Amino acid sequence: MGTGRLRASMERPGRAAAPSAPSTGEPAPEEPDGRGQEPLRRRANSTSVSAAGTSAEGARRDRPSSYSSAAAASRQRLESLRKKRPLFPWFGLDIGGTLVKLVYFEPKDITAEEEEAEVESLKSIRKYLTSNVAYGSTGIRDVHLELKDLTLCGRKGNLHFIRFPTHDMPAFIQMGRDKNFSSLHTVFCATGGGAYKFEQDFLTIGDLQLRKLDELDCLINGILYIDSVGFNGRSQCYYFENPADPESQKLPFDLKNPYPLLLVNIGSGVSILAVYSKNNYKRVTGTSLGGGTFFGLCCLLTGCTTFEEALDMASRGDSTKVDKLVRDIYGGDYERFGLPGWTVASSFGNMMSKEKREAASKEDLARATLITITNNIGSIARMCALNEGYFGAVGALLELLKIP
Amino acid sequence: MAECGASGGGSSGDGLDKSITLPPDEIFRNLENAKRFAIDIGGSLTKLAYYSTVQHKVARVRSFDHAGQDAERDRESPYEISVQEEVTPRLHFIKFENSYIEACLDFVRDHLVNTETKVIHATGGGNIPHEAFAYQKDADPEFRFQTNHPHIFPYLLVNIGSGVSIVKVETEDRFEWIGGSSIGGGTFWGLGALLTRTQKFDELLHLAARGQHANVDMLVQDIYGGAHQTLGLSGNLIASSFGKSATTDQEFFPEDMAKSLLHMISNDIGQLACFYARLHGLDRVYFGGFFIRGHPVTMRTITYSISFFSKGEVQALFLRHEGYLGAIGAFLKGAEQDNPDQYSWGENYAGSSGLMSSAPELGPAQGTLKGGTFDLLEMDRLERPLVSLPLLLDPASYVPDTVDLTDDALARKYWLGCFEDALDGVVKRAVASQPGAADAAERAEKFRHKYWDKLQTLRLQPFAYGTLTVRSLLDTREHCLNEFNFPDPYSQVKQKENGVALRCFRQVVQALDALAWEERQLALVRGLLAGNVFDWGAKAVSDVLESDPQFGFEEAKRKLEERPWLVDSYDTWLQRLKGPPHKCALIFADNSGVDVILGVFPFVRELLSRGTEVILACNSGPALNDVTYGESLLVAEHIAAMDPVIHSALGEERLLLMQTGSSSPCLDLSRLDERLAVLVQERGADLVVIEGMGRAVHTNYGAALRCESLKLAVLKNPWLATRLGGRLFSVIFKFEAPAQ
Repeated sequence: MGTGRLRASMERPGRAAAPSAPSTGEPAPEEPDGRGQEPLRRRANSTSVSAAGTSAEGARRDRPSSYSSAAAASRQRLESLRKKRPLFPWFGLDIGGTLVKLVYFEPKDITAEEEEAEVESLKSIRKYLTSNVAYGSTGIRDVHLELKDLTLCGRKGNLHFIRFPTHDMPAFIQMGRDKNFSSLHTVFCATGGGAYKFEQDFLTIGDLQLRKLDELDCLINGILYIDSVGFNGRSQCYYFENPADPESQKLPFDLKNPYPLLLVNIGSGVSILAVYSKNNYKRVTGTSLGGGTFFGLCCLLTGCTTFEEALDMASRGDSTKVDKLVRDIYGGDYERFGLPGWTVASSFGNMMSKEKREAASKEDLARATLITITNNIGSIARMCALNEGYFGAVGALLELLKIP
Repeated sequence: MAECGASGGGSSGDGLDKSITLPPDEIFRNLENAKRFAIDIGGSLTKLAYYSTVQHKVARVRSFDHAGQDAERDRESPYEISVQEEVTPRLHFIKFENSYIEACLDFVRDHLVNTETKVIHATGGGNIPHEAFAYQKDADPEFRFQTNHPHIFPYLLVNIGSGVSIVKVETEDRFEWIGGSSIGGGTFWGLGALLTRTQKFDELLHLAARGQHANVDMLVQDIYGGAHQTLGLSGNLIASSFGKSATTDQEFFPEDMAKSLLHMISNDIGQLACFYARLHGLDRVYFGGFFIRGHPVTMRTITYSISFFSKGEVQALFLRHEGYLGAIGAFLKGAEQDNPDQYSWGENYAGSSGLMSSAPELGPAQGTLKGGTFDLLEMDRLERPLVSLPLLLDPASYVPDTVDLTDDALARKYWLGCFEDALDGVVKRAVASQPGAADAAERAEKFRHKYWDKLQTLRLQPFAYGTLTVRSLLDTREHCLNEFNFPDPYSQVKQKENGVALRCFRQVVQALDALAWEERQLALVRGLLAGNVFDWGAKAVSDVLESDPQFGFEEAKRKLEERPWLVDSYDTWLQRLKGPPHKCALIFADNSGVDVILGVFPFVRELLSRGTEVILACNSGPALNDVTYGESLLVAEHIAAMDPVIHSALGEERLLLMQTGSSSPCLDLSRLDERLAVLVQERGADLVVIEGMGRAVHTNYGAALRCESLKLAVLKNPWLATRLGGRLFSVIFKFEAPAQ
């Protein structure tokens, strides 16, 4: 698979790598009807755009969570699975506000017979994707995330994780056209806002019909699936013990009985979902202060051009030069409110002073940006959890009142 | 409005502005007399408070010596007027950005003599929010004040200073810090300064007001393309603040970045406030702190955010004197060692600045002229503690003012024009009242300038001084007159009119006594109403009075509308009079001269003869030609000398003269002299008579009382008369049964 076009058109001083972007939504007061409709609690298989079990073709299964259970099924079921399973290549696409995430399943159990029947373009795609770690100047394969020896839909193989900036979507679509993807009769399952934004381009330029999927449904399904398969034998979910301690330990967390859980998805913005069961969740809230804000502010404040660069700077900086701490105001702890002196009283508060602005390094600014955004997300998530706690109690009360 | 010293609209560069041409004597007013001085240097704003005494002139009346009794008959005046110096305690509160601190403290140091100085940290705690308002973007006006304050507790107080403090306030003295956030005003300022190279907070806000955040923020429509519509998403929602600065290589305008920053911070605070409000089951959130400080742009974004995140369930409210309330409370406790609770304080409109405008170049708002960022509040200590009239049906929901001019653009336009038109006459009257003073004309011009400025500010920002009402316009005029030492411009006029009316008293009473009972009741009411025509506060009348001093009582009666009056419950009143007498009547008198002497006193006399006790309440201080308490004492003395009914009633304390505690041509029944309230309670008053346009129409027209009430006035303003469906000199006679 030639990549000349993709490479050529990707040759721009791009910036890579910010996390994904499910829609969040914060009001912008000048638009009178800028109020977003918070989706009501949704059941995943009841919405039209959701990843329900049947497709337009009626026979194909494309819902990842169904594959794992299928793996343990009877031979008869396996046989039916074989007939129903989609043709290769298997892709999953999440087109966010900043970044496109592409997941590719590389079958490792291809029989000689299969290989013979395989069309050239399919082979070339597999080779191109699996033999490179970078695509063009902005596409990156996160090799460290690769999931090996997976059984998906009765097939064994590896799952690859690839990302590139959303602004390179036109080049990606052009590549699909050049490589004649449409002849593979594959189904492009795509989620994220870009699935809508680029749908028409996929159709008119690439002759490709996208199957658009609800991003929150996909998110929940994806997380539950990934956790169920584990990370190459290790647990996917972990937490930090004694987070205030600099020596804090990363420990695995058992997600066997996860519900109810709060899912905080930090993309360009942040979406917070309360998940009650696999198919029962709602978007509780979100904030526009997310990964895009961290990266965007870092670009403006430090002149950095990549997300990695921004993170690297942040790891070396000292945010206390930038933030005004409780001790900067009170000289120590503020006992009345039980606030220790090191608490941030005002993010970027020291930057009101010219002298302190001059004394702060780019690294300090990047660090403060990171701390500001992460603290804020933590604070909102905590408030959500508290409020959700009450929703649970209200639910219980409603149950009580149902008793005749 | 050229005295725009420091603000200059965003031209200043780095560093401290020491070169600014502050008019410090106008900011730090009366500093020489400061008795106590406190300073609270916060993260970004400095608050100064000092307690000083103001010496000002007051007009006093007193009887002539009795030795000269023979000569008295030839004198026109029933008493003499003297002007005395009086000292009133005043509290000054000033807020400014820390960048002015050196210039300001230098000035303060040079002018403070022997003053105890202390540094206070006034934390935003158990403030009593008053003058709270909500912001509504496309409404007219944009600011809606909550005129009543019935059940304010519990509420959430969100103080946005450098950071954000969230306090749950359960009662006046029970409150709890429940949370906070580091993303606050300091973040806007600090990050804004880094991003835009603009140093000053206010300039950053002005930048933001001009910016387009969509150039910097990633919106939902940027992610979804046009599909957001079919998905039912609002494309304009911000998906990621500053998200575009991460994905595109371009320069961003400072305005756009400032706007994006403002949205980011306001939304974040609004979201957090909603969480806390919901968690604690509160539906009102008061916002204060320097981030708000009357800036429409921040109030707008906060209001929007609160309404968005709470789906309209939580209301964002703001305070006109936000940022001071903690300081006021703390300071009063320190300033008044001898029991702070025994005094009431009133805002001096002449010395306080209005709410800030987002575009100072448009408005002559005082606070913005005086160096861009100075905010002033002055509170005068009132002579006596003020309390609610015990007869109010529901003191918590009582609103004195009939029309909220902030709300009613048409009425506002009319009244502002009316007060502008009347200004010449007031200036003339002020000059004429001090024939001996060489500088009277100069002071009067200063008064004209000051009051004119206030009126112009109100034209642009009706909300600048809180709820705008005819009462506040009248009160502001009185405060401005006092400011320039015109304590009582009408003193001589009142003196003369009282003299003329006293000479007619006997004749009027005799004529009334000759009438049959039923005829007399109507004549008494007509007399009350006719007397009320004598009102220098009404332009239509002052013109006639000015041109024809002989305008007599009979002439006034002829001008009166014939029955049925515009509002006419006279028949019910007459029926009531045929019943048992009232136990005690509380009468709020209006004008000096004919009104009180030939209208009110005969009416009082009739009530007394029925066996009703009477409390006659007059203003404590002068306002227009309203009769003051001091004058009422002298007038009563003269009448008692002529009339045995009044004489014995005074002697037996069946007629009691009291003061209201007010110096306004209007009447706020929730702020009355405590002693008057006690007396009303003791005597079991069961009838309240309120007389005059100011007290019975501009205010209290809808006041609900627990006893019978009589509200009467002659409409001496053609516009108001037309609006109420009448004409000039139409009569309001509203007799009401006790409200339920």
